[in-house]
Amino acid sequence: MTTVMSASASAEETAAAVPAPVTMAAALNAALADSLAADDRVVVFGEDVGTLGGVFRITDGLASRFGERRVFDTPLAEAGIVGTAIGMAMNGLVPVVEMQFDAFAYPAFEQVTSHLAKLRNRTRGRLALPVVIRVPFGGGIGGVEHHSDSSEAYYTHTPGLRVVTPGTPADAYRLLRQAVACPDPVLFFEPKRRYWSRETAVLSVDGPPVDRAVVRRPGKDVTLIAYGGMVATALEAAAAALEEGWDVEVIDLRSLSPFDDQTLTASVRRTGRAVVVHEAAGFAGYGAEVAARLTEQCFHYLEAPILRVTGFDIPYPPPHLEKFHLPSTDRILDAIARLQWEGDNA
Amino acid sequence: MTTLAHPGETLSADGLLPSAAPLALIDADGRLTPEAAGELTLPAPGVLRELHRRMVLGRRFDTQATALTRQGRLAVYPSSRGQDACQVGAVLPLRDSDWLFPTYRDSVAVVTRGVPAEDVLALLRGDWHCGYDPYRYRVAPQCTPLATNTLHAVGLAHAARLQAKDQVALVMLGDGATSEGDTHEALNFAGVWKAPVVFLVQNNGYAISVPLAKQTAAPTLAAKGIGYGIPSLLIDGNDAAAVYSAVRVAVDRASAGGGPTLIEAVTYRIEAHTNADDATRYRSSDEVSTWLERDPIARLTAYLSARGLLDDAAAGRLAAEAERLADGVRERMNAESTVDPAELFEHVYAHPTAALERQRAALLAELQEQEPAS
Ligand SMILES: Cc1ncc(C[n+]2csc(CCOP(=O)(O)OP(=O)(O)O)c2C)c(N)n1
Ligand SMILES: [Mg+2]
Repeated sequence: MTTVMSASASAEETAAAVPAPVTMAAALNAALADSLAADDRVVVFGEDVGTLGGVFRITDGLASRFGERRVFDTPLAEAGIVGTAIGMAMNGLVPVVEMQFDAFAYPAFEQVTSHLAKLRNRTRGRLALPVVIRVPFGGGIGGVEHHSDSSEAYYTHTPGLRVVTPGTPADAYRLLRQAVACPDPVLFFEPKRRYWSRETAVLSVDGPPVDRAVVRRPGKDVTLIAYGGMVATALEAAAAALEEGWDVEVIDLRSLSPFDDQTLTASVRRTGRAVVVHEAAGFAGYGAEVAARLTEQCFHYLEAPILRVTGFDIPYPPPHLEKFHLPSTDRILDAIARLQWEGDNA
Repeated sequence: MTTLAHPGETLSADGLLPSAAPLALIDADGRLTPEAAGELTLPAPGVLRELHRRMVLGRRFDTQATALTRQGRLAVYPSSRGQDACQVGAVLPLRDSDWLFPTYRDSVAVVTRGVPAEDVLALLRGDWHCGYDPYRYRVAPQCTPLATNTLHAVGLAHAARLQAKDQVALVMLGDGATSEGDTHEALNFAGVWKAPVVFLVQNNGYAISVPLAKQTAAPTLAAKGIGYGIPSLLIDGNDAAAVYSAVRVAVDRASAGGGPTLIEAVTYRIEAHTNADDATRYRSSDEVSTWLERDPIARLTAYLSARGLLDDAAAGRLAAEAERLADGVRERMNAESTVDPAELFEHVYAHPTAALERQRAALLAELQEQEPAS
């Protein structure tokens, strides 16, 4: 009988040593391949992830390379996927599972919140669940209903989970590898609108650790906070803001939970102004937590209230209407303009 | 003529359906049943004596726990009195390497697996953790969200197979839990994966107040196995010999690569759902009396006594052993428990986050302020 142990080759890095253009989808695929090669305990499963390679092809080629004991299709049932991942992790494996789309992860919610998040605590630290749940999330791809949700706040509100989301291809590789190696359960949100965006990079696991935010663009006038699919939008807004005379610092959160207070407060104390951007609805959204925390920790440094640029408080709109819903560079610039600049006579 | 079928369809239901009536080996009067009971075989006398002993100990533990709720020592206790044969018969056939996935109802099963009685009660006493190390006893934490543990059992069992470990997972669930989606997903995954897992449904007729008739239109719960390609057994859940034998058959099959089994054990809970429930609102005392006559311990006592396998002296020694167990539980539960609020932050993550460290420090500072100056 072939076992998981014998099925894996020795670690064989797919990552090239010279910088090359790479999409986020390819970076994620490489991260999964390298995780499977590096650790015999890693198994990858979900709906259509085997033969097909996933509807977004993130697991393309993995089943044929690693065999179907390590990469396999499951019956169609999300609670089943997460629930069995929990049992597998209890028995020594490191499951990396795929939810086909954001809104189709909801059937697994009970398993995630009542068990995945809590079992370490309920067993006084005895039972670790190093499970990664990959969730393609967010809009901007012309998806029909239920295919464009930003569901991250449901999970960040749950103690015991880590919630991570990459903004760039290089970070997608690094963060996914780190998530697989992490002893805590990780909800890994992949911004599907950025799957095909390219970056010239060397894929490497080295770099800022999974729970640190990074400054993507230094600036001195205002801190613009974004994550996932909004990082690129924020960088575009920062470039445009320069023409208006604002030097914008862009921070990519990467880890939504835990929150990197240190990097964020240092930036906001320097700039005195902040805007937080996300696609998800604003009401009780992740940005509210960011604004509240930074206000608590930086009040005396602030020149203006922290503003949020978010999706409207509506169900995600259909393809022809999503452009009205998604935060745009214009909306971000408008928010920056409202930050009570000197000389304003508001 | 060619038959219309997709790849993988077997088109045969042979051997998957349960018997029409529950299989039993020893009847309510303690006599061997006259008819053959399918795959079930009477366990050896030594096993029957051990089943009896564990039921007596389990029953004493159970009544002691119920008593402790009245004294306010336990926040709540869901009794399994009446289901003793399932509690014990499910566990004794398991090997060391196998895993048990119990529910809130199955404290006696957990005790029977070897977890110290007072540790089993830690959670119900009001502690924040399950009270024992799952890896030490191969017992998952007792599960309250209904049916969710079925999937954990299937996952653990499948992982055993992937790693070529000879391990079987036995998961316990109630009749009500069979209506939850997770049960169906678990049966389906187990069937597809041929996972070495045993589903033991204790059909005690009620989910709190809701009777089985409002739970399902299926002829029996065991009949559901066929929908997932899983062989199933319908057994008398008050016959410890039948439960033991059925679980044994299922564990052996799973261990030999034959995949999962669904067992429906028909039984009855004598106590209310928990000490907080008033069972008179939904069932008659006549019904309870009928089931008291089918008591699992009484029938095995009768069987063993009639065959000279249990005499008065042995029964006396067993009663004394049960009292010692109850004394120990009382003693431990009456001692004031020490709780450390700082530990609340310790195991949320592998390492407490900076934010949790701050919250812990804040709580400790708050407690220090409240401490009376000495
Ligand atoms: C998902 C979920 N829904 C509701 C409950 C509340 N609840 C606890 S026990 C119970 C009845 C369960 O009945 P059954 O499965 O037959 O088990 P029994 O209590 O009879 O052993 C209910 C509704 C729960 N624990 N989990
Ligand atoms: Mg019931």
